[in-house]
Amino acid sequence: MKSCLVVDDSKVIRKVARHILEGLDFTVSEAADGREALDACLASTPDVILLDWNMPVMSGMDFLRALRETPLGARPKVVFCTTENGVAHIRAAIEAGADEYVMKPFDRETLQSKLQIVGAA
Amino acid sequence: MTAVPSGDTPYATPITLTALASLLESRTGQRIAPNRAWRIDTALKPLAAENGLGSIDELVGHVRGGSNPALADRIVDALLNQETSFFRDAGAIEAAAEAIASIAPGTPRIWCAGCATGQEPLSLAIAFAERGGALADLIATDVSAAAIARARAGRFTQFEIQRGLPIRRMLRWFEQDGDDWVAQAELVRRIVWRRSNLVVDAAPGGRFDAVFCRNVLFYLAPEMRTRVLDLIAGSLRPGGLLMLGAGETVIGQSGRFVPSKRFRGLYELLPAR
Ligand SMILES: C[S@@+](CC[C@H](N)C(=O)[O-])C[C@H]1O[C@@H](n2cnc3c(N)ncnc32)[C@H](O)[C@@H]1O
Ligand SMILES: [Mg+2]
Repeated sequence: MKSCLVVDDSKVIRKVARHILEGLDFTVSEAADGREALDACLASTPDVILLDWNMPVMSGMDFLRALRETPLGARPKVVFCTTENGVAHIRAAIEAGADEYVMKPFDRETLQSKLQIVGAA
Repeated sequence: MTAVPSGDTPYATPITLTALASLLESRTGQRIAPNRAWRIDTALKPLAAENGLGSIDELVGHVRGGSNPALADRIVDALLNQETSFFRDAGAIEAAAEAIASIAPGTPRIWCAGCATGQEPLSLAIAFAERGGALADLIATDVSAAAIARARAGRFTQFEIQRGLPIRRMLRWFEQDGDDWVAQAELVRRIVWRRSNLVVDAAPGGRFDAVFCRNVLFYLAPEMRTRVLDLIAGSLRPGGLLMLGAGETVIGQSGRFVPSKRFRGLYELLPAR
């Protein structure tokens, strides 16, 4: 079973994502900001991270840059999942090391297809 | 007492549903799958409202006896299952492009039959462009005029663009326009779009190296499937390739194809007896 860490400051989004991911046979854990997510990754590296951009404490971008510097940080596939849907944001995310990008709102098919693209589903 | 709120379209009666099913089948060969019957109301409500009709029964009444062919076309369009996505069935398009490039290394001719809103031929055009391979012809057809018009425009909503399309490809081949994403002219120009009905019209002219007919035969009656497969067989050059949808097969439908030994998931045209 693959593991996915859902990082989003919205409880509702985390719940929706968890529901979809569990339906796709993922073990799901959650974090509400980048700081919590880093701690979670240091404790146990997930296969995939579904990552919000705008969050308090530590943004998705700051988390991603920090993650990619850690010893096992290159391993997880990172799928941004954000309302930021402009080309400039998408390019910046890829440059920072994101593997895929989902523009909110998303549904099951979208998420599943992006997870397939990164080889996780 | 329950009042139907004004503006709400009451459900279609069984007689109307039967009339709709036979209209769709006579025009396209498609049968309404029982698990999709519930969609009829949703699919036709906007059309009824647009024509100032209070119910789907009235809508169907308007096309009875061939009285309004333009409206009948729109009804058929609305009833068709046009679900599709970019690079449908992970890896399938890339594998097919490679197979086609190997049997027709110069300038392959490809026909996408039942291309819906264009995601499939666009995926193929992307796959060939990224291989650096030339394409002689990529002809995309669908029975739905509305789908072809949309495909030709190459404009996709945020929902549509994300289905199956890797983000780097989206940035490389599409341009953002408001909330939509529009395929680059360079890509759309490679494709000839045409409205054409598989159960009535002739195949596009010339011989093809490959035909894609994915998720189209599924809801056709068996004898209709055989007919369409014959049409496709007649349009392929010897040794040409056929790609069906992931859940579809020629087995028991046509003796003109065999599963390819070289290319997994594809069928090869048998030499004519
Ligand atoms: C479910 S979509 C599949 C689209 C694409 N091939 C794919 O696999 O993603 C089926 C398409 O077949 C078209 N179709 C159905 N009957 C047809 C017919 N008789 N002739 C041509 N196209 C037809 C529909 O309009 C629809 O766009
Ligand atoms: Mg947020």
